Amino acid sequence: MTEHPNAAWVIVVTVFVALVLTIVPLPQSLEGFRPAWVALTVIYWSMALPQRVSVGVSWTLGLLLDVMMGTLLGQHALAMTLLTLVTQKFHLQIRVFPWHQQMFIVGLLLGVYEFALFWVDGISGEGKPKQLYVTALIAGALLWPWTLALLRVLRRQYHVT
Amino acid sequence: MAAFRSTIANRLFLRAPSVAAKSVLLVTAAIVLMVLDRQGSHLDRLRETLSVLVYPVQAAVDIPYQIGSWLGDNLATRRQLVDENRQLKREQLKTLATLQRMATLESENARLRELLESSRNLQSRILVGELLSVDLDPFRHTVVVNKGTRDGIRNGQPIIDAYGVVGQVNHAGLFTSQAILVSDPNHAIPVEVNRNGLRTIALGTGNIDRLELPYVPNSADIQEGDLLVTSGLGMRFPRGYPVGVVTQIKRDPGQAFASIRATPSAALSRSREVLLLLTDDVRELVNKEETP
Repeated sequence: MTEHPNAAWVIVVTVFVALVLTIVPLPQSLEGFRPAWVALTVIYWSMALPQRVSVGVSWTLGLLLDVMMGTLLGQHALAMTLLTLVTQKFHLQIRVFPWHQQMFIVGLLLGVYEFALFWVDGISGEGKPKQLYVTALIAGALLWPWTLALLRVLRRQYHVT
Repeated sequence: MAAFRSTIANRLFLRAPSVAAKSVLLVTAAIVLMVLDRQGSHLDRLRETLSVLVYPVQAAVDIPYQIGSWLGDNLATRRQLVDENRQLKREQLKTLATLQRMATLESENARLRELLESSRNLQSRILVGELLSVDLDPFRHTVVVNKGTRDGIRNGQPIIDAYGVVGQVNHAGLFTSQAILVSDPNHAIPVEVNRNGLRTIALGTGNIDRLELPYVPNSADIQEGDLLVTSGLGMRFPRGYPVGVVTQIKRDPGQAFASIRATPSAALSRSREVLLLLTDDVRELVNKEETP
């Protein structure tokens, strides 16, 4: 299975779209509800193809996020690594859960991610309102079934293995 | 079948520790990076290099706006263009008239300064930049400018627009740079009251149309409507650019300092074109000025 990794471009394109969605302008009122798109995408790929998208890939993506957002270099990298680690620990269980249970679990996974960010913000003294993390997390969990469906269709369509 | 099962077993039981081990390594690397980044400017080169990879994402986000403005330019009627042209000409005439007066004042100022034996260069090179319509963090007031180190931008460079100080560059990349606005809660700018030269510091509040001046004594001579301009101390911003206008003063006799609010002069949430001041010698300039 891993001997012939193929269609890497599908993964690259989905991650690119996730990065775009992370910085696309939203109306002021929706700002707090912007889910962590890159984290959602990484959760999907690291569950579907744990051999290909593992901690190394997600760490690199985290670093790119840091550069893009202007945060402390390593902050998102740290959060992404922890997210992928936890996801891969439980990916076999999560894959067989029904969708509503998956939503709950993804909420918890995003919680790990947001908590890591929050923790670094706290230590480095860059405070921002706590509810921003929570609303983003809830929005992410609610959007999970759609993300899952879309990415699964793409993966099957282009036989990404 | 047995072989299949054993490969599965291998994946399940041999891979797991390697992921954990890798994670420990990567987490350590991330923490080391964060500590280095926090300490100072060791990682600016790395950030600048990586920003090249991020550029396509920023460009992609900005495309719809570019198309919109291109369509706007191309689909405008002749009448609209003529009107706009006429209005611009009128404005230019007015500006030229003001500039003429400015020129005489400037030469007079230079003459007077020569008499005082201190020189001061009012000219600074200016680069026009455009803000990309990207949204970083609703709480941090940061924007992305489409000019980078390739154009001579470096960290700490002041940014102004037609009305006043916008902010400063905090992460210069190769093609684009990130800038922090004066209204960011982590931003402070040394200012003086234009009327009497009272010096203080204006802090950002996280609110796009409010600055705070927390270090002005109750007895200080400051009024609502006073214009605040950059004082040139702090060696970042050249002297004399408008920062804001005082809108509210509350003097509580029980407190040592008055609570003062100001509105930024720059159109922080509206302007798309900004000017980057290429004052390579702000530090020199200020030094020269401060030593009479």
